Amino acid sequence: MSPSVPGDSLVCLDGVRFAYGEREILRGVDLAVQRGQVVAIMGGSGCGKTTLLRLIGGQLRAGSGKVVVDGQDLGRLSTHALYAMRRRMGMLFQFGALFTDMSVFDNVAFPLREHTGLPAELIRDLVLMKLHAVGLRGAQSLMPSELSGGMARRVALARAVALDPMLMLYDEPFAGLDPISLGVTGQLIRRLNDALGAASIMVTHDVKVSLDLVDYVYFVSDGTIVAHGTPEEIRTSKDPFVYQFVHAEADGPVPFHYPAPPLASLLDGGVA
Amino acid sequence: MKALDAILRKLGAMTIGGVWRLGFAARFFMAVLRYSGQSFLRLPLMIREVYFSGVLSLLIILVSGLFVGLVLGLQGYDILQRFGSSDALGVMVALSLLRELGPVVAALLFASRAGSAVTAEIGLMKTTEQLQAMDMMAVNPLARVVAPRFWGGVISMPLLAAMFSAMGIFGGWLIGVVAIGVDDGAFWSQMRAAVSFRYDVLNGVIKSFVFGVAVSWIAVFEGYDCQPTAEGVSRAITRTVVYSALAILALDFVLTSFMFRGL
Repeated sequence: MSPSVPGDSLVCLDGVRFAYGEREILRGVDLAVQRGQVVAIMGGSGCGKTTLLRLIGGQLRAGSGKVVVDGQDLGRLSTHALYAMRRRMGMLFQFGALFTDMSVFDNVAFPLREHTGLPAELIRDLVLMKLHAVGLRGAQSLMPSELSGGMARRVALARAVALDPMLMLYDEPFAGLDPISLGVTGQLIRRLNDALGAASIMVTHDVKVSLDLVDYVYFVSDGTIVAHGTPEEIRTSKDPFVYQFVHAEADGPVPFHYPAPPLASLLDGGVA
Repeated sequence: MKALDAILRKLGAMTIGGVWRLGFAARFFMAVLRYSGQSFLRLPLMIREVYFSGVLSLLIILVSGLFVGLVLGLQGYDILQRFGSSDALGVMVALSLLRELGPVVAALLFASRAGSAVTAEIGLMKTTEQLQAMDMMAVNPLARVVAPRFWGGVISMPLLAAMFSAMGIFGGWLIGVVAIGVDDGAFWSQMRAAVSFRYDVLNGVIKSFVFGVAVSWIAVFEGYDCQPTAEGVSRAITRTVVYSALAILALDFVLTSFMFRGL
C-alpha cells in the first residue's frame, strides 16, 4: 500500500522518532512523497503532525531515524547546506507569517531580494507574476494588517513559491478560512504544485477539501502512521480510526472523554 | 523540615535555571556577534535601526536632559553658594552629567523607550512565526533581524548620552546664568579648564557604550527567547526594562570604581 519506492521519492522518512525532552511525540514514522504529488498528513490536534512537518523542513532534527529530502539526509547537513536546501523549499505557515512591517509587494520580493541578486525591474516583474497567480496583483501596495485572513494566506503562498521551490510544506492551510477562501486556497495549492512540478505536503484536519485535492493521505495518531492510502481508499476504508476521522464521529479509537477514573468509583465516595 | 526542603529545592532550581539562562544568553551574544558582519555590509538595515532606536528616542532624551540640567543648576547653586563658589556651577553641572548622569540616565531612558520596543518587536515576530518563516526562507533571523537591532542600539546609545549631557549643560546654564545670574564667563571658562577630555568625556563615552551593549543585548535576547504568547511577550518586555536598569546601575558602579578612584 506504500505510495512509492523510497528510492525515487523526493521526501522519505525512515523510522523517525522525536521527543521534546521526556515527552515522545513521534515513535517511528515511515513516509514517502514523490515529485508531483500532493500529500496530506492528517490526525487530531497534538498528534505530532506539525512536528513531522518541521522535521521535513529541517527546523527540528530527528532523535533517531532518517529524514531524507532530495537524496540528502537532513540530520547530517550543516547549517549552510540546510539553508541551501531550504532555498528550494517553500513553507506556508498557519496564519501566513507575513512580515508586518513590509507591504504585500515587499513580502513577496523578500526571498528574491535575499537570494537572487536580480535587478529591481526583474524582481518587480516576478513579484507581480506571483501575485497575479494568487489573484492579488491589485493588492501589492497594501500592508498585511489591511488583508483578510484568506488574502494573507494567499500572499504568503505567493511568497512561498517566489523561488519556484521543489517542495512545498503547508501547515494547516485551511484553518480559519471562509468556504470561498478555502476553495480558492485548495485550488491554488493543487495548481501551483502542478505548474511547478513540485511535491507538496500539507498538514491538515480538513478532510473534505483535502480528499478532493490530494494524491495520497497519511493518518497520524499517537506518534505513528496508523493508516495511509489514496483518497479513494481512505473514503472506503473500514479502519476504525480512519472511519471516525473521515465521518467526524464523536467517539471511537480517538475517545470523546479525556482519561479519568471510572464514573462508578466516584459513587463510592472517591475523588474525581 | 519539609517546608525547608521545598524552599531549598526551589532556591536550587532557580539558581540552576538562572545560570543556565545566563549561559544561553552568552552563547546567543556570541552568535549575534558572529552574524554581525553581514549587518554591517547591509548599511540600510542598520541605518533603519539607528533611526528607530536613536532618532525616535531623541525627544524623550532631550526633554529629560533639559530637566535634569535645570535641577542640577538649582541644586548645584544652592550647595555651591554656601561655600562661596557659585562660579564653579558650570564645572559641577558638566562633570555630573558627563561622568554619571548623562550615560546612566540616558541609558535608563533608552532601555525603557527603545529596549522595550525592540523586545516587543522581536517577541511579536516570534509569536506570529515571522522569525520561523524567515528561517525557512534560508534567511538567518540572527543576521537579518537581531544583529541590526543590536548594533542600532549600540551605535545610538553614546550619541544619545552625548545629546543628554549637552542638553543638561544647557539646562544648567539656563538656570545658573540666565535665571540666577551666575557670571556667564566664569560658568564656561571654569568648565573648560576643569573638564578633561580624556578623563571625563572619554570615560563617559566608554560608559555609555558599555550600557548600550548591555541594554541592546538584554533587549534582543529577551525578545528572541520569549514565550510566543501575548503574556510571554509582555513578561519579556518587563524583564528587559528591569534587567537593563539593574545592569546599568551595577555596571556603572564597576566602571566608576575603575575609572574614577581619585588617585
